[in-house]
Amino acid sequence: MKRWLPAWVGAPRLDPVLLILLLLIAGFGLTALYSASGQDMAMVTRQAMRLGFGLVLMLIISQVPPRVLRAWTPWLYGLGVAMLLATLVLGVGRSTQRWLDFGVLRFQPSELMKLAVPMMVAWYLHSRVLPPSVKSTAVTFAILLIPTLLIYRQPDLGTALLVAASGVFTLYLAGLHWRVLFGFAGLATAAAPVLWLVMKEYQRNRVRTFLNPEADPLGHGWNIIQSKIAVGSGGVTGKGWMNGTQSNLEFIPERHTDFILAVISEEFGLIGVSLLMLAYLMVIARGLYIASIARDTGSRLLAGALSLTLFVYVLVNGGMVSGVLPVVGVPLPLISYGGTSAVTLLAGFGMMMSIYGHRKFLR
Amino acid sequence: MISYKGHRAIKDERDEQRLFENRAWIGFVVIALCILALLGRYVWLQVFAYDSFSTRSENNRVAVTPVVPNRGIIYDRRGRVIAENRPAYRLEIVPEKVPGKQQGLEALLDELSTLIVLDEDDRAAFHQSRRDYRVFDSVPLKFNLSEQEVARFAVNRHRFHGVDVVPYLSRHYPYGELLTHVLGYTGRLDADDISSVDEGNYRGTRTIGKIGIEKFQEKELHGTSGYERVETNVRGRVLKVLERQDAVPGTDLVLSIDVAVQQVAWDALGDRPGSVVAIDPVDGSVIALVSKPAYDPNAFVGGISQQAYSEILSAPGRPLFNRALNGGYEPGSTLKPFVGLAGLELGVVTPETRVFSNGKFYIEGYDRPYRDWKDMGHGWVNIRSALEQSVNTYFYQLSMDLGIDRMHDYLAQFGFGSATGIDVPGEGKGLLPSREWKRAALNEPWYPGETVIAGIGQGFNVVTPLQLANAVAALVNGGNLFSPRLLYASKQAGVERAKRIRAPSELQIPIRDPQNWQTILDGMDLVVNGLRGTARKVAVDAHFRTGGKTGTAQVYQLAAGKKGNQEEVAEHLRDHALFIAFAPVEAPRIAIAVVVEHGGGGSTAAAPVARATLDAWLDQELERELQP
Repeated sequence: MKRWLPAWVGAPRLDPVLLILLLLIAGFGLTALYSASGQDMAMVTRQAMRLGFGLVLMLIISQVPPRVLRAWTPWLYGLGVAMLLATLVLGVGRSTQRWLDFGVLRFQPSELMKLAVPMMVAWYLHSRVLPPSVKSTAVTFAILLIPTLLIYRQPDLGTALLVAASGVFTLYLAGLHWRVLFGFAGLATAAAPVLWLVMKEYQRNRVRTFLNPEADPLGHGWNIIQSKIAVGSGGVTGKGWMNGTQSNLEFIPERHTDFILAVISEEFGLIGVSLLMLAYLMVIARGLYIASIARDTGSRLLAGALSLTLFVYVLVNGGMVSGVLPVVGVPLPLISYGGTSAVTLLAGFGMMMSIYGHRKFLR
Repeated sequence: MISYKGHRAIKDERDEQRLFENRAWIGFVVIALCILALLGRYVWLQVFAYDSFSTRSENNRVAVTPVVPNRGIIYDRRGRVIAENRPAYRLEIVPEKVPGKQQGLEALLDELSTLIVLDEDDRAAFHQSRRDYRVFDSVPLKFNLSEQEVARFAVNRHRFHGVDVVPYLSRHYPYGELLTHVLGYTGRLDADDISSVDEGNYRGTRTIGKIGIEKFQEKELHGTSGYERVETNVRGRVLKVLERQDAVPGTDLVLSIDVAVQQVAWDALGDRPGSVVAIDPVDGSVIALVSKPAYDPNAFVGGISQQAYSEILSAPGRPLFNRALNGGYEPGSTLKPFVGLAGLELGVVTPETRVFSNGKFYIEGYDRPYRDWKDMGHGWVNIRSALEQSVNTYFYQLSMDLGIDRMHDYLAQFGFGSATGIDVPGEGKGLLPSREWKRAALNEPWYPGETVIAGIGQGFNVVTPLQLANAVAALVNGGNLFSPRLLYASKQAGVERAKRIRAPSELQIPIRDPQNWQTILDGMDLVVNGLRGTARKVAVDAHFRTGGKTGTAQVYQLAAGKKGNQEEVAEHLRDHALFIAFAPVEAPRIAIAVVVEHGGGGSTAAAPVARATLDAWLDQELERELQP
């Protein structure tokens, strides 16, 4: 029978364990969103449709063999950088230039880079000798720094951080020497004062607020204080679904987006937060397992890097909501309301499923 | 090419796999530890700090708002509403919620003034009040918004953070200026007021009685504040009432004022400044208390503008001045009945004692004449005819015989020279001169000539219309000196029937011989009903018999020896006209004092006002008595 579809399209290659975990988290997210949005069913439906779109995208990508994905990688990366440059010139958005308006579709190119950067690094290191040489390391840094700086210029500190982290994680998994890793960590620490100088005023305010939220309880400190009150007043068992007063009475800012974890903490308590963290940890563990059984170096690095990046999301968001990290715009994966982040994440999981589906069967 | 330890030249798949697994394991362990540490943070917040955050969450959620009691309604003696509460809207701002500190607030006020009428005074008053309110309290900006203003603001409400329209009950005085000097008014609560009341009970109250009955009865009228524990969202909008303690409304008050009588007295005064005070001698209740001119108290309720206030201040006749309570007038001949009673009761004269009036009276050893109002004198007179014709010479002689000390002590018993103790603030004391007073106040000895003119109510004597009316009441009711009462009855919230409030009878003036008192009343009867009475016009076509006494308070001393024609003297230099009266003579039900400033003679200017007032009261009293 003559096939009119590419040869690699066949039976769904899905990891049932990962799929179930993702569906559990997304389902829990929709439940929490119903309460956080003030029982706004339209909002929940919209988010469910986005998740559905993401899941379909995940299924499609899972069918694409890793080598095909790898073949697309340079083009994707190049397109991403080009669009970032375009955003700088003609971006739309409130005060920051993050969006490209395609008429029908508004697109955030920086989201694409969350995938394109680890893909590109993995693509580059795929054929290199590992641990990476000094030259490979330098090229890798160039690959991840260009988009990071462009995104930082937008300015979008949270996404810049995630993009940089995904690249660094790839290098780490590729076996970059500890001395080099710690050297860069030391350099980054030393560069902190320089960073302070180049920061925008609103970013500095966020750091100031983070360091002492009670100094300005009605201004910048408000978000952190109200979020902490929400978390703390949840206690061990929580106030119950849709019973969170901090949330329903709108004391929590951005309660359905970046601060949705505060709503979850308030309504489901420590038990709810722990279970959610456990689910994320299981996703990361499953991702690393998939990476370890990947067929080739590029796939291995990509799967591993995507898994570790998920951790950054969770840690930064969880830290921000509980007041141990500054407020940077990092959503809670698959739970925070918003389309692009969920779709990007699910596309990433699609690639992991593809890697799983094309794993090596012999060790 | 620089190479470092562990670097290989050739790709080794197995090595790379091992390296990856190694790194993945380390990575996972670090991640697991980080997530555990993060969970540690949540444990700290949700377990160890739970109590503190739980409390803060509860405080966020629940607000306690005061429930303002409805102010008591005030009625007149016949049940007419004279002070009521009307639904109104006021604009309030929580300054701390306005973005942009002081400049932001000013900008907001500018913006608001495009929607509502907001002048400099409103702004000044707002800034003034701000200091008296707590942080995050709602501070009133403007009272009594018009319907258009409310509508315009409602449409633009989203533009103003921290600003709200609040419905409330506004005080209203349906009779306006007629009762101002009785009721007073309520006004914006300020710092001085707060220090004088229980602050907790006034948390939601924005206005307070400033003067008059509203001030004197503030405690009764205000009631007890309730509270409401409500759940509010972050913008302070009330979502749910959790608990409610209703306010206890203020006590409704009934005043002894009869608005119909008050109105008649007001109208009878015409355009001239003056005062009418009428008291029921049976129970000391005040039937009418008029001070003219007055002003509209409703202008003060929502806070008066500086311009409107200065207009009232500079208006002719000083409308802010309460003549009935605080106007000091020379009593003139209206004091004669009391001086006469002193002479009779102290045994200085008898009803039959006669004095010859030839028009001039001399003190032995002095050559200054003290005149009668009739150049040729009145001939032989006794106490009755002396009162009837207002014969000065009789009282010159009597006061010389009494002496200033005995005269002072006896007249003091009628309340002259001291406050009557009426239940409204701002009463004047008048002045009843004595040797001690003159020594203390002027550091001068008492001269005999001063005794002579004191006997006809001149010289240092000063009385208020209220004092005069109250003294008349005591004179005609058998010496019972009341503290006059405006409060007639009160009805507490939830109580079916109003409770009658009675004036405390403070003093029974000692009576040596009731016949002496009757003699004085007979003399006053002759003033109106005698052939030579000075106020015979009062008796014309009356349904009842009246006793009275005219008086003239000198404003400008005419040159000695010249008899002034009051018509020829400039208005503001004309004498004040006084008249005191009681009726019916057989069983007095009303005692009255009338002062008409610059009215000239008591009989022409003041007596008709008294007659009109007596008619208004007694005709309806007689009618009531005829009804079953």
